[in-house]
Amino acid sequence: MSAIDKSEKKVLLVTGSVLSLFIFSILYARGRNNDLPECLPFNKTYLEPKVTRLDKETYQVYAVAQMWQFQPSQIVVPVGSEVDFFVTSKDVVHGFNITEKNVNMMAIYGNINKTTVKFEKPGIYKIICHEYCGIGHQGMQAEVIVNYPPGTINNKNQ
Amino acid sequence: MQISKSLKRLIYWELGIPISLLTIGIYHGLMQTVYRSGVIHQSQFAHLDYYQGLTLHGVINAVVLTSFFAVAFGHATLTFYFKKEPNRKVAWLSFWLMTTGTLMAAWAMLSGKASVLYTFYPPLKAHPLFYLGAALLLVGSWIPLFDWAGMYMRWKKENKEVKTPLAVLGTLVNFTIWFVCTLAVAYEVLVLLLPWAMGWKQTINVTLARTLFWFFGHALVYFWLLPAYIMYYTMLPKLAGGKLYSDLAGRIALFLFLILSVPVGVHHQFSDPSIPKGVKLFQGLLTFGVVLPSFITAFTIAASLEYAGRRRGAKGLLGFFKKLPYLDPDQFLFAYLICGLFLFIFGGLTGIVNASGPLNAVIHNTAWLPGHFHMTVAGPVFLSIIGMSTYLYSTNSGKRIFLPQVNVIIPYLWTIGILIFSTGLSWGGLIGEPRRTNLGMTYLNPKNELFTPEWVPTTLLALAGGIIMTIAALLFFVVFFGTMFGRKKDEPKLDLPVSEALHDEKRIALFDTFKPWLVTMAIILVISYVPAFLSAANNPAAGAPAFAPDNPVPVQPVPSDRPAAGSPKTSVTAENK
Repeated sequence: MSAIDKSEKKVLLVTGSVLSLFIFSILYARGRNNDLPECLPFNKTYLEPKVTRLDKETYQVYAVAQMWQFQPSQIVVPVGSEVDFFVTSKDVVHGFNITEKNVNMMAIYGNINKTTVKFEKPGIYKIICHEYCGIGHQGMQAEVIVNYPPGTINNKNQ
Repeated sequence: MQISKSLKRLIYWELGIPISLLTIGIYHGLMQTVYRSGVIHQSQFAHLDYYQGLTLHGVINAVVLTSFFAVAFGHATLTFYFKKEPNRKVAWLSFWLMTTGTLMAAWAMLSGKASVLYTFYPPLKAHPLFYLGAALLLVGSWIPLFDWAGMYMRWKKENKEVKTPLAVLGTLVNFTIWFVCTLAVAYEVLVLLLPWAMGWKQTINVTLARTLFWFFGHALVYFWLLPAYIMYYTMLPKLAGGKLYSDLAGRIALFLFLILSVPVGVHHQFSDPSIPKGVKLFQGLLTFGVVLPSFITAFTIAASLEYAGRRRGAKGLLGFFKKLPYLDPDQFLFAYLICGLFLFIFGGLTGIVNASGPLNAVIHNTAWLPGHFHMTVAGPVFLSIIGMSTYLYSTNSGKRIFLPQVNVIIPYLWTIGILIFSTGLSWGGLIGEPRRTNLGMTYLNPKNELFTPEWVPTTLLALAGGIIMTIAALLFFVVFFGTMFGRKKDEPKLDLPVSEALHDEKRIALFDTFKPWLVTMAIILVISYVPAFLSAANNPAAGAPAFAPDNPVPVQPVPSDRPAAGSPKTSVTAENK
């Protein structure tokens, strides 16, 4: 490979090392904490929106996106809850984004998306549809209310 | 060199049609920033709906302009380096297919029957002519490849021991990537979408369609980018007054693009269901592989510019930056290319964020994304396209540039605009501002309950940048069409700047042949995409019926064994309250 200039070789080497460092970091981080949405098989029960309390601090939310609303449109959980979001769509592709918690999923017809997130601080967390879903897209929003207003936590529905 | 009237006319039309359409694309670009910043709180302006405008903006600027230009530039490059013209009939066939396709899609979009954005994700349904038009445009842009490949093989037979000219290699690599990736979208359009849009098939597998689209969609960005890369390697050093630092580096970079451009599309689907985590991780890593040829290019071009600067008498470590012909109207292409290169630094860095799974969760589908890709496709890609269009037109017609002093400042003005615009979008994205959303109706309307004051400064920045970009674009139209309507003053000729290589390495067979690279490309593609396609095909439940953008009820009734859109709703909200 004498055709390659010495300084170029150096550049290649540096690039290669930086890249390996990046890749190693990704693998390391992913190995410890792989939080990409999971790949679940579809099941019709996910089409029924509901909030289920599994135990004191663990909740399951079946969120259904449709033109142009989320159901449930208001999810109330106490501070410190760990929530599994199962997301699907009844029609076109929608987005499901809770910015403050980096929950970022696509809601797709016939598919189930899932992620888990812990709400440690009280407040109102907006769920925003961030995929174009037709003429009403810009109004499609829901919210997670964490311990607010006090005294209204009443998830005995399941 | 002199070229035939037919080829000249072909190149004019292939530059003129997309640039004329670009006026619509730019107008809608400006309007996006106006709607989004809440200057107007309307769903439409001048009888054109926000999402219709967004579709026009994306399709015209990112697909029509880039495809037409790549074909015209390919014809020019191969003709110039081989001193032979491409087959006339084949070239015109390609032109007519692309033009017919563009007109069909343009009709569908302008009449409001295809407001599905340029990604046309099902089950949002567009008019069948939109899909058919897109398919014709793609197929039309394939055709020259086969003719060029023949030209290349005939040339190679006579010049076995001569290195293929870098620009020719680049064009062939680019169109090979294009051919492979568009196979997927052609399949999506012709087999999945078209029969479904015509009503022959009732449902569609949305995840499979998205996966096929992104197989194409990310390679598409390299198809945009490689003509710019060809200009960086084979023209920029010459324009700067120097030489290309290493010819071999360019070849390595090009072949790396060939093998890594396509098997990375799943990084657009990190947030999608039904794609296994492992596939996402693997393709995420391959995406970082594409950073490699970009780094090689960055270093090689920087070294070439340094050489040029020193030749012009620059001293010191970075003194060469001051000695380059930034505002020389006779070397105006330099200005266009260097501005694009500068923007690409930021485009590349933000792209690395997108390719990292966990970071992507912060910004996926937010305004950050358009912030990123306006520094790539509206950076090096757009600037090299408009700069080269003016250059090719002017030299080919023998007409002098209209307002040469203005022409040379356009790219700087554009760059300032993009930097402000993208700062606004990137910042907005980090605080959750969604992309592709008519924010002015709700989130940026103080009278609406969804009003989000945090996004006021971000969208206003984008508006300011958008206005500056529009002014730059208007100046470009004045220069381009002014040149076109000017009078012939010089001898017309096809002439491209050619950089000599500073280190003109000996021919290495491996870097002057396609076979081993094509085989590698195929192997990586199979490994990375077979699991993705299998799981996209098998994991989702039965497919989705078609929906129009303005109606939650499907266009056709849903078969009874499927989850229907109109099924009884259980109101959990009430229970929760």
